[in-house]
Amino acid sequence: MKALSIKNLTKVYANGNQALKGIDLSVNAGDFYALLGPNGAGKTTAIGIISSLVNKTGGEVEIFGHSIDTDLEAAKSCIGLVPQEVNLNLWDTVGNIVTNQAGYYGIGGKSARLRVEKYLQALRLWDRRNDIARSLSGGMKRRLMIARALVHEPKLLILDEPTAGVDIEIRRWMWGFLKDINEAGTTIILTTHYLEEAESLCRDIAIIDEGLIIEDAKMSTVLRKLQREVFVLSLATEISTAPVLDGFKARLRNNCELEVEKGPDRDINDLFDQLSAREIKVVSLRNKANRLEELFMRLVKNKQSPSGGTE
Amino acid sequence: MNVALNLVAVKTIIRKEIVRVLRIWIQTIVPPAITMTLYFVIFGNLIGKRIGSMDGFDYMQYIAPGLIMMSVITNSYGNVVSSFFGAKFTRHIEEMLVAPMSNASIIIGHVAGGVLRGLLVGTLVTVIALFFTRLDIAHPFIMISVVLLSSIVFSLAGFINAIFATKFDDISIVPTFVLTPLTYLGGVFYTISLLPPFWQSVSKANPILYMVNAFRYGILGKSDIDIGHAYVILFVFIVVLFTACVQLMRRGIGIRE
Repeated sequence: MKALSIKNLTKVYANGNQALKGIDLSVNAGDFYALLGPNGAGKTTAIGIISSLVNKTGGEVEIFGHSIDTDLEAAKSCIGLVPQEVNLNLWDTVGNIVTNQAGYYGIGGKSARLRVEKYLQALRLWDRRNDIARSLSGGMKRRLMIARALVHEPKLLILDEPTAGVDIEIRRWMWGFLKDINEAGTTIILTTHYLEEAESLCRDIAIIDEGLIIEDAKMSTVLRKLQREVFVLSLATEISTAPVLDGFKARLRNNCELEVEKGPDRDINDLFDQLSAREIKVVSLRNKANRLEELFMRLVKNKQSPSGGTE
Repeated sequence: MNVALNLVAVKTIIRKEIVRVLRIWIQTIVPPAITMTLYFVIFGNLIGKRIGSMDGFDYMQYIAPGLIMMSVITNSYGNVVSSFFGAKFTRHIEEMLVAPMSNASIIIGHVAGGVLRGLLVGTLVTVIALFFTRLDIAHPFIMISVVLLSSIVFSLAGFINAIFATKFDDISIVPTFVLTPLTYLGGVFYTISLLPPFWQSVSKANPILYMVNAFRYGILGKSDIDIGHAYVILFVFIVVLFTACVQLMRRGIGIRE
């Protein structure tokens, strides 16, 4: 079953800006899907069209088999949206905001009260239910928007940069929460600028740039395309010159840190064997850049360069 | 269309609107009460005594129905335009736009909110009026139906204003430059029989004249116009404005990019 099917979706704004140039996307039910792209790439426009906040120019969108052209009510019932910008009624109370949202989906009375408590408890906002939204911190407002999007228990949850401006502790907690609701059966589409977030949470990924999908595959498949990786090794003892390694490029960052570039035909064991042979002990190892970030930059750069050249 | 879903959604919007009106009561309920008290004191009590009778009633009695109707009109309009534009401005209108309720439900919920505030303020002004004059209700059904229908008309008009408004200035232009002059020239303070024939004809092009006079007929039993015409005008306005609201919402004018 497809949670989302998009065919040849186009959007031209009144000012002539062609935000989407005919994108195709397909998200399976139960998936945790990343939609990435630089600012202005068309991510928010695509999400706006899927959630009925933006009128499309052309193309087809189906949510769990319901077309937004012919079966909009059913399509809308399947979606929960957490937008990029805070769009809360800041003068209303936390409890009222979530209760009202339940009402807009036809859930009233005791059923609404139970759900409001369930999701405010889950998002750690129950104690603040009588406070106005304006009094919440940035992270709390984000969590309130998630509670609001979940109160009608949608089959498809779309989060447009949900952790933007959220501190690391809350971000990590939100990752766990999103993983849990995905495991419970909710399909999730996530856009984020934190590529570490996409890499750790999402199983599938699409990269959009200038209104076109430039990559759409399994996360593991996409990451395998990475032709080279750069590792930073912390050394147990100081060295004065970078060792010459067969099949690797090594550069000394400082006396205790070595930067090593690995090609696709080499493995890490080979690197450690060579270092051990030279009596260089490694204390720890990390990627110089997030792998997805590196790939993302390469894909976007490739597209922008007419020669297709990389760095 | 899922009727049960839409009924709950409409009830939710109405509840939200009532909470809003009561939360900011100092802006929504107190000002019209003060303004109307001043009207009664100055125009009714002080100046009215010198004017004498109007259309067979003492001046205070004559203007009371007009002032009640004026407060209903301005508050119904003001409630919807400020609430819906506020939702657009802070973007929490998106809460409603992403939900599966119909556009008609969004309109009906907000219009009901406008009507409730209009009637609440209208009732308050009526109570204030009773401190200054006696109001015997000649035709209760006409009084109630006219005030209700007029409130619906101006709530719908406020909704359209909010749809087109892009900044806060836009929601005060129509009340200031259209609604207030039409209300003042709509027979609140005088009978059009005092005007020369030409200006009587011009006045009859003002829809508020019909609403004010029909309401006055409901209370005092006297009117400058045919009550049947007033009902026709009210129903035509409601149908036309509601259809316009639905079409504007369907096309996403002012609310969807």
